[in-house]
Amino acid sequence: MSEVIVITSGKGGVGKTTTTANLGVGLAMQGKKVALVDTDTGLRNLDLLLGLERRIVYTLVDVVQKRVGYGQALVRHKKYENLLLLPTSQVADKTAIEPEQMLELTQVMRNEFDYILVDCPAGIEQGFQTAIIGADRAIVVTMPEVAAVRDADKIIGRLQAENKDSHLVVNRIRPQMVKDGTMLDMTSINDILSIPCIGQVPDDEKVVDSANRGIPVVEWDDSVAGQAYRNIVRRICGEDVPFQTFETDGWFTRLRKKLFSHH
Amino acid sequence: MLDALKKLFGSSAPSGRSSDVAAQRLKFVLLNDRANVSPEIMERIKNDIIHVIARYMDIDTQAMEIRLENDANSVALVANIPVSSMKGHGVKLKKR
Repeated sequence: MSEVIVITSGKGGVGKTTTTANLGVGLAMQGKKVALVDTDTGLRNLDLLLGLERRIVYTLVDVVQKRVGYGQALVRHKKYENLLLLPTSQVADKTAIEPEQMLELTQVMRNEFDYILVDCPAGIEQGFQTAIIGADRAIVVTMPEVAAVRDADKIIGRLQAENKDSHLVVNRIRPQMVKDGTMLDMTSINDILSIPCIGQVPDDEKVVDSANRGIPVVEWDDSVAGQAYRNIVRRICGEDVPFQTFETDGWFTRLRKKLFSHH
Repeated sequence: MLDALKKLFGSSAPSGRSSDVAAQRLKFVLLNDRANVSPEIMERIKNDIIHVIARYMDIDTQAMEIRLENDANSVALVANIPVSSMKGHGVKLKKR
């Protein structure tokens, strides 16, 4: 059985592409055959986060315009050979791909892959319509910030209008701020938005470090964000995995922050 | 002296749980965002209301008004439906 999942958010900069890269590698680590499709035409970055930026020859635009078959445009991951990236063009714009062309492509690719993850651009314009059209379900990425939650709600409304089953990922949670009452937690975001949560990812410096290297953090055993992504992967595969509780700062760290963070 | 101490240990930001403030503000703003119903949907709601009320009374569908109204913490669907006449003395229920 094959599944097409779109990763979307509304607001930019909340971690759609990071989530796509991590879930893709995580599913590949589970032995699934995975394709990652970047639809953020003109602003592609999925290649960079996967360390595949120097291997791109053809793009999604070449494929939908029938210059090459999709197999020729796929870039194989260096470590996981069951993970393939279909990059998009860095020069074309969002109008280069029509929703119907994307629908046709995902239908064909279903024959070859267990999971097809579609990285959606920010916004609610044509790029969004193109990204979601072929998807069975959606993962909406948001952050514990008012603007990100509001934009997520807008996206959820659009997804519900298209009858897409949607789940929420709350990204970049800072446990100490949640404990101090200065940041929304997963439960209250869940209460505000109308869809179930499939994951909460703590803010982790290793995410930046891993992006620098082009190795998604899901591969790193000692990363708390990596653990959160591994849990989401298991939930996508149908396992019932309890949500983690995150460690907060000890008394010494709190005292140090208090003394050295005055404005 | 007190100001200097405040500067060292405090901040200019207001104290208290801002996460509760965020949740409250979001609930309100989303209520308003979601209430921006398209004219097409409003027209469908209007037609459905006419359909139901017409079973009991004659209404002036031309003069009828329906709109969403927002105030500080709620959204209401407000309808103004002029009645031209009632249908008989109450409505007969069908026998079982």
